[in-house]
Amino acid sequence: MRLFDYMAPQSLDEAAQILSRTVGAVRAIAGGTDLVDQVRQGRREPSIVMDVKRIPELTKLDWEPGVGLHIGAATSCASVYEDSEVRERYPAIVESSMLIGAIQIQNRAALGGNVCNAAPSGDTIPSLLIYETKAIILGPNGLREVPLNGFFVGPGKTILADDEILVELLVPPPPPQSHSNYLRFIPRDEMDIAVVGVGSLVALSSSGTCSAVRIALASVGPTPVRAAEAEGVMVDRIPSTALLADTSERAVLAAHPINDVRGTAEFRRELVKVLTRRTLTHCLQSLGVPL
Amino acid sequence: MCATLNAPNSIPISVKINGDWKQLLVRPWGTLLDTLRDDLGLTGTKEGCGNGNCGACTVMVDGRSVDACMVLIPEMEGCEIQTIEGVAEQGELHPLQQAFIDHGALQCGFCTPGFIISAKYLLDRNPHPSEDEIRLWIAGNLCRCTGYDKIVRAIQDAAERLDTRS
Repeated sequence: MRLFDYMAPQSLDEAAQILSRTVGAVRAIAGGTDLVDQVRQGRREPSIVMDVKRIPELTKLDWEPGVGLHIGAATSCASVYEDSEVRERYPAIVESSMLIGAIQIQNRAALGGNVCNAAPSGDTIPSLLIYETKAIILGPNGLREVPLNGFFVGPGKTILADDEILVELLVPPPPPQSHSNYLRFIPRDEMDIAVVGVGSLVALSSSGTCSAVRIALASVGPTPVRAAEAEGVMVDRIPSTALLADTSERAVLAAHPINDVRGTAEFRRELVKVLTRRTLTHCLQSLGVPL
Repeated sequence: MCATLNAPNSIPISVKINGDWKQLLVRPWGTLLDTLRDDLGLTGTKEGCGNGNCGACTVMVDGRSVDACMVLIPEMEGCEIQTIEGVAEQGELHPLQQAFIDHGALQCGFCTPGFIISAKYLLDRNPHPSEDEIRLWIAGNLCRCTGYDKIVRAIQDAAERLDTRS
């Protein structure tokens, strides 16, 4: 294990001071389930590991009517999926959180950490993207807000500057009459990395047409992405098997997968098609549309 | 709370371990696993992989099962920890421990402490788990010897024993 100092600020102000006086190498620790192993392997070499779990803003989980769900950056997966407000409103976020690692990991790992680790395969990311989540960031000049869909710049890389940390994921209220689903393909049942992950959301209008379709893909590019071209197919139209098939085909256009130990690019493209179709079907069936 | 590299063991923490509060001076960069095994002599918790995959180091922190190899020891300030050494009560084996013995749910025994803690976490929260639920909740624990079947049977049996006991 590489040597570092440990600090545990009790407020955002204290955290901001630590970030501003230490040039470079401060790394925030939430659950530690990515960071501790990275430091052990020498992939990250922080001078200071800053434990953010004593800062109230980073461990909250609050539903605010009209504003949305405030998920503190260090709030654990287990806290998220056990919460009744989250279970009622954000099925895909619950499903993703329950897929991270296994139980022991979920009891520590945070959604904010999954986001900041910015793996292309991060399971919580598509589910957060389909709800058009915002990232609240603390820096030397205070707080700023950015859309999560713009937070990621490459594998393991985000827009966070060295003197910034993620404070909160703000998830807007779900569209009325909507449902979401996250599915991934992995070789084992648990404790594995997604070969492909897909999160979908469908909202229906009172006339039965789709008022919103959102699809986000993991593990098929340098960052998780929205499948923008596919999303337009069913909007303002009555959903049908044919339109589902068309949407699933177009979702592949947003995918730029590689060959690696977990699968070939060709296999991944096929998985995008299949998982898009399945997640959208699940959403529609949950909304009472027989398909 | 801040240490310097020149004075490594300089973070004071209070931590409750198997019911007893302890005051420790710790390094920033050690893990909970290191402290349990090397500083406190609680070697029941094992290191299998060192990166949160195998669950051999599973302990209970504030009532949650976690991999001790992924927890930095200074994070444990104010926390309550239960290790395998704290599972038996007043010298009497917990029904899970007895069921593991009765069902032969261990061979080398290296993974067993982690499995007991994970199974206890499950049964504390879900006293009547289905087989699928059991397999899901122990998915973070790997066993190279048994093939898992006897472990699952032992947990099912322990659930029944706990039911009769309460």
